[in-house]
Amino acid sequence: MSTATLDAPAAGLRARGRALVHRPPVAVRVGPCSTRLDVRAAVVSTVLAAVTVFGLAWSVSVGDYPIPLGDVFRQLAGLGGDTATAFVVETLRLPRALTGVLVGAAFGVSGQIFQRMVRNPLASPDILGVSSGAAAAAVFAVVVVSASSATVTRFALAGSLLTVVVIYLLAIRQGLSSYRLVLVGIGITAMLDAVVAYLLTRAEIYDAQRATLWLTGSLNGRSWEYVRPLCLALAVLVPVAIAASRSLRALELGDDCARALGVGVARAKLALSLAGAGLAAVATAAAGPVGFVALVAPQIARRLVGTRAPGLVPAGLVGAAIVVYADLAARRLFAPTELPVGVLTAMIGAPYLLWLLARANRIGVGG
Amino acid sequence: MTDVLAPAHPPPTGAPTRTRKGTRSRALGAVGLGLALTGALACSIAIGAKAIPLGVVRDALVAYDHALDDHVIVRELRVPRTALGLAVGAALGLAGAVMQGVTRNPLADPGLLGVSAGAALGVVTALSVFSVTAPLGFVWFAFAGAALAGAVVYGLGALGRGGATPVKLAIAGAAVSALLGSVTAAFLLLDTATLDQYRFWAVGSVAGRDPAVLVQLSPFLVAGAALALASARGLDGLALGDDVARALGQRVALVRAVAAASVVLLCGAATAAAGPILFVGLTVPHAARALTGPAHRWLLPYSAVMGAILLLLADVVGRVVVRPGELEVGIVIAFLSAPVFIAFVRRRRIAEL
Repeated sequence: MSTATLDAPAAGLRARGRALVHRPPVAVRVGPCSTRLDVRAAVVSTVLAAVTVFGLAWSVSVGDYPIPLGDVFRQLAGLGGDTATAFVVETLRLPRALTGVLVGAAFGVSGQIFQRMVRNPLASPDILGVSSGAAAAAVFAVVVVSASSATVTRFALAGSLLTVVVIYLLAIRQGLSSYRLVLVGIGITAMLDAVVAYLLTRAEIYDAQRATLWLTGSLNGRSWEYVRPLCLALAVLVPVAIAASRSLRALELGDDCARALGVGVARAKLALSLAGAGLAAVATAAAGPVGFVALVAPQIARRLVGTRAPGLVPAGLVGAAIVVYADLAARRLFAPTELPVGVLTAMIGAPYLLWLLARANRIGVGG
Repeated sequence: MTDVLAPAHPPPTGAPTRTRKGTRSRALGAVGLGLALTGALACSIAIGAKAIPLGVVRDALVAYDHALDDHVIVRELRVPRTALGLAVGAALGLAGAVMQGVTRNPLADPGLLGVSAGAALGVVTALSVFSVTAPLGFVWFAFAGAALAGAVVYGLGALGRGGATPVKLAIAGAAVSALLGSVTAAFLLLDTATLDQYRFWAVGSVAGRDPAVLVQLSPFLVAGAALALASARGLDGLALGDDVARALGQRVALVRAVAAASVVLLCGAATAAAGPILFVGLTVPHAARALTGPAHRWLLPYSAVMGAILLLLADVVGRVVVRPGELEVGIVIAFLSAPVFIAFVRRRRIAEL
């Protein structure tokens, strides 16, 4: 690793290359308590959190009725302002932006759990059928039931949770092999995707368009009714995920090794996959399958933090930042036409991931 | 590069009988698959929305009379459709097996090189920007999109040290696919007329395609198949890991590039002709691997034949289940093969890559 950076002629390149080499965590002791602190992960997380909060504020400040950033912060801090500002911020823009943050964080954490548990960079909550189950149910609701958007959300949530349970039950056979879980997931996902394709070809074109919009993923018109359940779900599931993620390091060595290290493999996997699938399910129900976030956020987090296995927090923050900025771009790029956020998450996330990939390759750290 | 491994070490004593037995059972399996394929071809020609007696079908094939409607249906509709199904199924099965070998990833499908996403964007561009509506017209857009996307993904994945490692290819492919997919989605959302046509392409079907499509795409399919089969030995080497393969005298980068080119040709042409039917390329190699073991010189032909059988049978089922209407093969194939695939995954230990 470091030998390659020594050959590099440019000093800037050398410094960047060295920064990618990871330093061991520092032990932090306060009285009888001690913990290991990865300094770089902590710094990266703090910066990401700041970037996300700034994005949130920026997103609230721009629009047809522009509000200066200072007023936004004053309003958010509860220091008051005029009623028009309060209405635009608190009723119209803040819930939408917050939904974006929460959805992105949920996808990021969920993606990180699955990629590490299955030990595959292509794994995402989709292997448990979260987005395809939600998509089939939502498209059914749109095309057959002609439901309102709140009903579509409920259908999507039910569809994704049901699919997760079915896939999980089908995959259990003398313990849970990640490999079998993935393959069963592929099978069920293919069937549900076929349902979506069938419904789309049989639908009226207006319904097909509405379904396509949902399938792309959109934050349009998300109110506090979406934020509260999301907050609740994240408040429960994220701590569960973080607690369960302690066993990930052992699971990454393989099931047998993890067992030898004293990890209850089946229970750890159950907790991890339920927490991960639950996070992805609520996020998908709220905003549609903005699935690429779950795939890309852990990869970006990994390259920013510089370890092979960063924790869940950096991945969640990367996810939140991607969705917030993607929604901002989706609203303003072609104003007054608003694109759905799903179009922009990939347009922002993919080039960034490719750039990171190409840069890491050049320096010699590799994929 | 392939003949370096050819003089294999003489197997240790006791092993030859097992090897021979393995070869024999695989040869028997090949005969069985050949029969199944013949049966599938016959069904595809004999069964359709209009019930035509078997005798008339035979007459249509051996003594064609174009004054008879039934003869015209068999010769002008069913035979080209069957040929297309055969070609598309075989191409997808083969491409899937190669792709999983190149990336050493059981989740890899031929679409991973961005081929499907590129083809979809090609079709949408043809419909939306150039107002091409004739299927024969947007086939070329689809193929160009697929080839371009495949080249970009491979180029990005091959940057830097180590060349195109599986992980880099997979990530580059997923990223480019998502990028192209979102551009496609943007087109579809802003343009209702395009969505109206695109949804019928995207479902995946071999019905009602112009026979000229297959004729024009066949050189690409043949070239792709030849490259794929030529890389079988090399893929066996890659399965041992890049370092071991290199130590055995393989030119890893060359094998990978040739194999990836074959995937782009096969899957690009198949997707251009029939729309995205991804499940074949993803699952058929897993089923084939359970029959043949990991050796690619067996796995690749088995995957091709099984892919063709699956696609033909699914197409036949699609014609009869909702008579007089039809279900597109892309829909049937998922419902037909996914339960079998899941039962299969549960029943036995799958040969891992």
